[in-house]
Amino acid sequence: MSNVKYSESHEWFAVDGDEVIVGITEFAQSQLGDVVFVELPEEGAELAAGDEVAVIESVKAAGDISLPFAATVVAVNAALPDEPELVNSDPMGDGWFMRVRPANAADLENLLSADAYAALIDGE
Amino acid sequence: MKNESKKTPLYDLHVELGGKMVPFAGYAMPVQYRAGIVQEHLHTREAVGVFDVSHMGQLVVRGDNAATALEKLLPIDVQALEIHQQCYAVMTSEAGGILDDLIITRWAEDEFFLVVNAATAAADIAHLQQHLRGCDIRVLGQQALLAVQGPMAGELIGELAPATRALTFMHGTRTEIFGEDCYVTRSGYTGEDGFEISIAASAVESFTRKLLEDGRVQMIGLGARDTLRLEAGLCLYGNDMNSGTTPVEASLLWSIAKSRRADGARAGGFLGADIVLNQIAEGVSRKRVGFSVQGKIPVRAGADIIDEAGNVVGKVTSGGYGPTLGAAIGMGYVDRGYEQTGTGLQALVRGKAVPITVVKTPFVPQRYYRG
Repeated sequence: MSNVKYSESHEWFAVDGDEVIVGITEFAQSQLGDVVFVELPEEGAELAAGDEVAVIESVKAAGDISLPFAATVVAVNAALPDEPELVNSDPMGDGWFMRVRPANAADLENLLSADAYAALIDGE
Repeated sequence: MKNESKKTPLYDLHVELGGKMVPFAGYAMPVQYRAGIVQEHLHTREAVGVFDVSHMGQLVVRGDNAATALEKLLPIDVQALEIHQQCYAVMTSEAGGILDDLIITRWAEDEFFLVVNAATAAADIAHLQQHLRGCDIRVLGQQALLAVQGPMAGELIGELAPATRALTFMHGTRTEIFGEDCYVTRSGYTGEDGFEISIAASAVESFTRKLLEDGRVQMIGLGARDTLRLEAGLCLYGNDMNSGTTPVEASLLWSIAKSRRADGARAGGFLGADIVLNQIAEGVSRKRVGFSVQGKIPVRAGADIIDEAGNVVGKVTSGGYGPTLGAAIGMGYVDRGYEQTGTGLQALVRGKAVPITVVKTPFVPQRYYRG
């Protein structure tokens, strides 16, 4: 994926035309530990910036994903409810969460570059 | 002043093994190692898991008539314990609440070894000192404690210390392993056959390294310890019981010896006995139960339990994912009338009602070695 952006809350956003694929980073999955449950939004849901869009439960803890920009959910990863462990084994690939269409593509420019994100997790 | 976590003698080894250290009961403890909680859990159910439980309090109570004195605080038949036999006990308050739960082992006619929870150890010692006048209470501060748990534990420890082969569940012996003096009991907190080994703090690191050389053995963190004990249906002090719950409410009636009940030979005589014995006779308004969850969603401690009409009828005290079962399970308190096995209820998870069913515990059959 050529154009991948990151959030400070450890989500990744891969730009694919006018859509964006959303997941959590390798760092986030390693911090969460074994993922045992994922709750995804409905396809077609209209989300405002900051809305909680998915819940991830590991053996020990629950976490959530929020979108830093307004968007419409185009598709969700139907494999995740049955195989939540994909989030651990392939967080940047098969463990993706959803595909969304941002309301305003310019919002993505506020996200972190790969280098900026790498610097962020170095500090943690 | 910075509040530094205490370290057990295995701290450096935990870090070396990739342990993710977290604060727990005042100690820096490994919640998991590189393999992760699920793999560590399954390994313990299949082979041998080693747990550092050195944070727990190890005490010795000694004195003339120590057994009689201890019966004032513990509703078990202390006097009937044989030398090297051990027993699970709750320590009750004047109000019948549970101050702690512990394992007591008789070391000699007038000498008892107690293993208590880390978070409550200081309060337990004060309580014992207050009520056991004439007894000497000693904290074994230089002893570490290891739990060696799993279906291959009997074979492994038997090879290292043949004297342990004769041990059945809840019995102990003093023996030597790798040339070190240990007190070994056949007990644990996972539902599996296993041992707890009390050994000098100065010896425990090299001891553990030698254990880990065996292919059957893997180090296990607190995360898997919690999922294992939950599947075994065992209570966690501070979660599933506390000073505000009585042993009857906590469904720990089995921990009150027959001889200490209303029609027993030495009925009552422990703190809060009037309240506890009355509850046995009259029943209680709420009770701890286990439940299974429909679907995979973990239902965690603190979640409200509601009935069909939406009335809150209980609260979850432990819950999550059971790796052996591959399913979500939990336990909690429900109001009288909802405690029967098979009762359908709901738990509120982030505002969403998740169907749960009251079930018998343990969730995974216990495999203690009873000879």
